[in-house]
Amino acid sequence: MELRVRALETVLAEKGYIDPAALDALIDTYQTRIGPRNGARVVARAWVDAQFRDWLRRDATAAIASLGYSGRQGEHMVAVENTPGQHHMVVCTLCSCYPWPVLGLPPTWYKSAPYRSRAVRDPRGVLADFGVTLPADTEIRVWDSTAEVRYLVIPMRPAGTEGLDEDALAALVTRDSMIGTGVPLSPPARAR
Amino acid sequence: MSWARRTTYTSHADLGGKTGYGRVVPEPEGEWFHADWEPGVLALTLAMGATGSWNIDMSRAARETLPRYARLSYYEIWFEALVKLLAERQLVRGDELAAGHALHPPRPIARTLAAADVPAVLAKGSPTERPATAPARYAVGQTVCMYAGIVPHHTRLPGYVRGKRGVVARVHGAHVFADAHASGRGEQPHWLYTVVFDGRELWGGARPAGLKVSVDAWEPYLSAV
Repeated sequence: MELRVRALETVLAEKGYIDPAALDALIDTYQTRIGPRNGARVVARAWVDAQFRDWLRRDATAAIASLGYSGRQGEHMVAVENTPGQHHMVVCTLCSCYPWPVLGLPPTWYKSAPYRSRAVRDPRGVLADFGVTLPADTEIRVWDSTAEVRYLVIPMRPAGTEGLDEDALAALVTRDSMIGTGVPLSPPARAR
Repeated sequence: MSWARRTTYTSHADLGGKTGYGRVVPEPEGEWFHADWEPGVLALTLAMGATGSWNIDMSRAARETLPRYARLSYYEIWFEALVKLLAERQLVRGDELAAGHALHPPRPIARTLAAADVPAVLAKGSPTERPATAPARYAVGQTVCMYAGIVPHHTRLPGYVRGKRGVVARVHGAHVFADAHASGRGEQPHWLYTVVFDGRELWGGARPAGLKVSVDAWEPYLSAV
């Protein structure tokens, strides 16, 4: 593959279709600038700021853009909030649609056949693969991203985090908790 | 050739509800790539996408119809589809790939993505909402039935909801219709809905209650019940 990719890149550059410096800028963007820490900031803000949470409910695209996250694969955002009675999980059974501005590039499992096939039929089984067990009476609500709307799960704020500031809260928000295959980390012992 | 007469279109990507793929393997955050060539495939795909030589729905169609789809890794799928899209438009030919050099003059493209423009282009994205030209036919709370037939072209209607009854939960406005857009028939915007299905409607009564699954579906996929 290495040789074929390099050959294609050379041909495209020689033909003037691509600017090699743009390739470096694209890779750098998704390796260092756009990733799940963006989404974690959105979640932490929603946990501490009721007004922002309302805005997320009404117009998630605008609320998220107010923190600086917008664009490719996040043009039309919807935020879905977990509650004790309902747990949200996001999948794209048809390809790998994923909210890039807030979560970055999708993990391998998100793009893989096991997740895409099973998330809609057996989400509790998928959660078990992630070591997550939810109460039996919690409804599982799966969102299959089959168009250009992208979904961000707002997980429940962990207990014992009343004293934490926004940065400390964001550190508890995992990528998987914003897809719905995980839950946030527990606060460090000293905060309890 | 009319699309109606073209009856063979096989997507290998419609995986929802299929069984036998085994367990999901979690992965730590920050493991963006798993081979040295993968970042290049990502960047080439995005940079060529930005030239406007095809649209995202054409990309998805190119990927899902790869005969070896199920045996390829995701970035291999992206690479093979990119080669296919370039070849179809004669932007790059097979002899050039084999030689590793341009052997034919370039064909005109709409634009080239410059490094300086990368942040702005990514931040803008490609919104798909368009002004509606007719009122929405369905309303939140309404029960609808999904199209049950075979679709002889790219579609975003997953097999597992075909013929199933669901309830409209959200109305998203009119959006570029992927089915038309993928086959070069223009944007043809249609109303887009989130339709929610009870787990038992999809998978039968044996499944425990407490599962709801939604898809985002354009109006032509829906009919009133």
